[in-house]
Amino acid sequence: MSAALTIPMEHGLLLAAILFSIGLLGVMVRRNIIFILMSLEIMLNACAMVFIIAGAHWGQPDGQIMFMLILSVAAAEVAVGLGLLLQVFRRFDSLDIDKANRMRG
Amino acid sequence: MIQLGLFYIAATITIASSLLAITRHNASHALIYLIVSLLGSAIVFYVLGAPFAAVLEVLIYAGAIMVLFVFVIMMLNLGAAGVKNEQQWLKPRTWVIPSLLCLALLAEIIYLLSSSNQALSGVVIGPKAVGIELFGPYVLAVEIASMLLLAGLVGAYHLGRRYLIDMRGESI
Repeated sequence: MSAALTIPMEHGLLLAAILFSIGLLGVMVRRNIIFILMSLEIMLNACAMVFIIAGAHWGQPDGQIMFMLILSVAAAEVAVGLGLLLQVFRRFDSLDIDKANRMRG
Repeated sequence: MIQLGLFYIAATITIASSLLAITRHNASHALIYLIVSLLGSAIVFYVLGAPFAAVLEVLIYAGAIMVLFVFVIMMLNLGAAGVKNEQQWLKPRTWVIPSLLCLALLAEIIYLLSSSNQALSGVVIGPKAVGIELFGPYVLAVEIASMLLLAGLVGAYHLGRRYLIDMRGESI
């Protein structure tokens, strides 16, 4: 099956790794919560891409099923994340994550 | 060899727009670059022989999830700052680069569709195979995904309620 795939698997994995690194960089560098959520989306998308590449490599549909599960995880994560973002904005009047670094009971 | 070229063009567009997305100052501009990045990865999925995943990527990721971001950015943009932003939107330099990247992706998909299946990589796993697998051995995973989405719905509803703000006055 793998002989039929003309795109080398390594190049696809390299693309996913670069995308994941970009997302990780965004999470670590940016201090705005919206940008952190976007970077998380990039990282989840890179993970889903690895499943698609592996599924294409072995010619099995399992990769796409895992892709759909990651899609639903991303949807749930973004709904809760944006709800938290709204709460942080209402409480601190800012989207800077460093302003929310203290835990209050 | 043509699908190799298509794959590398789409991969380059995806990486470039992701990099641009995390370096923007304006959240709306970053969102546009993020949507272009997701469209680019949809093309990558299509070239890799996963057309159903490519459609889901456009519909759910670039459509539904990004609309949530758009709504939240709209909710946070208030008053005169919003009007100023609206004027900035009309400047060409904010939308020329995403449009060019989108045009490149559009040209790729038009080429892919017009050349029947020759441009695809060897094995194409269609929606039928995915559906049979999804509701056969993976039916438990579907149930887990539905419970996860329900939990996300309840969590988002709870976090979105306004009474949490009023507690601020008492707790601080």
